[in-house]
Amino acid sequence: MNDSTWVLDGGRLIDPANGIDRIARLVLHEGKVHSIDTPDGDLPPDAGRLDVSGKIVAPGLVDLATELREPGSEEDETIQTGSNAALAGGYTTVLCCSSTKPLMDSAASVQLVRQIAQRVDGVRVLPIACLSKGRQAEQMAELGILAAAGAAGFSDTPRPMPNDALLKRALDYCRMFDLPIFDRPEVPELADGGVMHDGQIGLILGLKGLPTEAEDLAVARDVRLAEATKGRLHVGPVSTMGSIDMIGRVKSRGIRISASVCPHNLFGSDELLRSYDSRYKVHPPMRSPSHVEALRNAVAEGVIDAIESGHMPRAQEKKANDLDLAPFGASALETTLAAIATDLVETKILNWSRAIECLSTAPARIAGVEGGTLSVGANADVTVIDPSNAWSVEAKEFRSRCHSSPMTGRTLSARVTHTLVGGRLKFELHPTAADAAS
Amino acid sequence: MDASPSPDQLSFPAAWRHPHLLDLERLSAAEILAVLRTADQLKTMTEGCRRKVPLLTGKTCANLFFENSTRTRNSFSLAAKRLGADTVEFSSSGSSVAKGETFVDTAKTIEAMGVDWVVTRHSTPGTPHLLARELDCCVLNAGDGPHEHPTQGLLDMLTILQHRIGSDWKNDAADPEKVFAGMTVALVGDIAHSRTARSNLWGLRKLGAHVIICGPPTLVSHRWEELGFEVAHRLDEIVHRCDVLNLLRIQFERQKARPFPSVYEYAALYAMNGERLRHAKDDILIMAPGPINRGVEITPEVADGPHSVILEQVTNGIAVRMASLWLLANAKENADASAENLS
Repeated sequence: MNDSTWVLDGGRLIDPANGIDRIARLVLHEGKVHSIDTPDGDLPPDAGRLDVSGKIVAPGLVDLATELREPGSEEDETIQTGSNAALAGGYTTVLCCSSTKPLMDSAASVQLVRQIAQRVDGVRVLPIACLSKGRQAEQMAELGILAAAGAAGFSDTPRPMPNDALLKRALDYCRMFDLPIFDRPEVPELADGGVMHDGQIGLILGLKGLPTEAEDLAVARDVRLAEATKGRLHVGPVSTMGSIDMIGRVKSRGIRISASVCPHNLFGSDELLRSYDSRYKVHPPMRSPSHVEALRNAVAEGVIDAIESGHMPRAQEKKANDLDLAPFGASALETTLAAIATDLVETKILNWSRAIECLSTAPARIAGVEGGTLSVGANADVTVIDPSNAWSVEAKEFRSRCHSSPMTGRTLSARVTHTLVGGRLKFELHPTAADAAS
Repeated sequence: MDASPSPDQLSFPAAWRHPHLLDLERLSAAEILAVLRTADQLKTMTEGCRRKVPLLTGKTCANLFFENSTRTRNSFSLAAKRLGADTVEFSSSGSSVAKGETFVDTAKTIEAMGVDWVVTRHSTPGTPHLLARELDCCVLNAGDGPHEHPTQGLLDMLTILQHRIGSDWKNDAADPEKVFAGMTVALVGDIAHSRTARSNLWGLRKLGAHVIICGPPTLVSHRWEELGFEVAHRLDEIVHRCDVLNLLRIQFERQKARPFPSVYEYAALYAMNGERLRHAKDDILIMAPGPINRGVEITPEVADGPHSVILEQVTNGIAVRMASLWLLANAKENADASAENLS
């Protein structure tokens, strides 16, 4: 059997980039999408066969911002464990933030991450290098050299960029590389010491708040600078009605800007913090129900382009602490698709095609990377989803090293069954005894 | 002199069933009154919290304080000792917390020494709730950051009740809920950082009092209004309507940025002084949870004047803490016994 030739039979092929949503045969050959609806007689010899009837066949998911933590914080995640988690969650490409030590602000550190990822040989890992030198928000990192070393974009995320002048200069400068800049919108002075959404629940619990205006002001700055420079700016993750309002307005004027949201902000509200459980200490914070509602609609209407996992793994000994000391963060790669299926597709806010677009096609387009489509000749990056495989989230079974998740204990309605990267089957869900019994 | 009631006259109130005392927000009026009534009885039984009554002999109370405290810690220790229990003290300075141990591990270590209650204070809201989930013994919240300080709220309500219906409820037809029904209580000062405020406002509302939250807008969120409380920013505009004023300390140590221009300006707007007292009701009660900043929230003439019940609050603190320790231990024994019967 030829390891890189696959025939996927009987599945519902969803390829938003080509407007396809129907039952179709998909053939992958030599790492590329070979053909669709291929007659039996034209199949390559020795092809592996996958019966995917009843399942969805989609372009592999692309994550705009994953923290892989290696090198430097391997207690939280390694590229190996993060890659395993990504593949199990249906991701074939992840953009990896510079939350490493050393930071990815030199060619050597960018190359190191790429080399480890190559050795791991799992998910495709594309480094997002630092926007500022040492992430100090004082001067630009050597963006051209970083681009040459393989950076797919620039960002100081998970930190926000507090320096307006630097962001403007970088947006201008970056136009010659045609690489995107990612900003996590937050004004640090307004968010200082905050633990949860600044609202009624926070007031009752006495926990310090992260006010919506801390995000809104940063988004306002971002959209104006994107307009002024015509640079390529992505804001995300966003979590407030104010952000949606501003992004919607500038988009209707034709300004080039894109935005993303995390699944936890589409699922639960700040009410969950009443448990004082640090697994709900995530960033952006769980907001009040009206924000959740508005964000769901903004995804449906296209004001928000993409859904990013918000994978910020932190070791259990760090998370097992009180809400002030526990760091923000959660393991998200393995639950993102399932959470979106449950919270947005089951509830009929999105159809499957729009969900796949938000998780694959749009992120690939925003980042300007390959993937996000099943066009003939594209990389054979494919995710197979069982849309009616309900499962209960047990974070301790995660492949990720981080076992803290706001999704723990939920029953989610869909599950990734196969992930192929470059035509090679990298993940296959093996039904456990418990799954078989249910 | 009347003989004090003996311990066997103390009957366990059916309304109480919690093994932990974490906050007042989630207690019912009946539960709050059960604690207050028990506290009142124990105060009489111990002749004003001075005599020992061996209700909890053989049990051990651990004070697990991750934040500085003198009065609350001593009050809990005395309460335990008055009922015959032993106490063990733990403070964060020089402890393994400084060596990086998490507070849950620290608490588990203390629990493993065989304690029946953990009394805990911590700068982060929710820490007693986490301990209640992790530990098998009873957990009492002695203050969790700006969240709640339930025994302080209870002792404030006990002090109000004793002034309005006398100390012996058994021989009194007065209904405690009727006492609170027509009453207006103002909490004045640093509401944002005050756990005393949060315990008082829920407790008082449940008992039917009208609660005014008063202070500068930087310390009194407009969201309290959304939650149904009256919010005022001018003490002079509300002082004549109040039956009780509870003056909360400005918590300079919790404020990252100063919420008002100067202490002098704060005192000019909010300090309870002789001049403001002249506009108040004749029988107004002036309370303060202490420690008090004399000259900031309250002037000495008012703190030491006839309306002040500040020192009674301190005595009632021991009564409320005796009641809490006794109720929790009994509720836990009852729960353990019924679990055993089921198994």
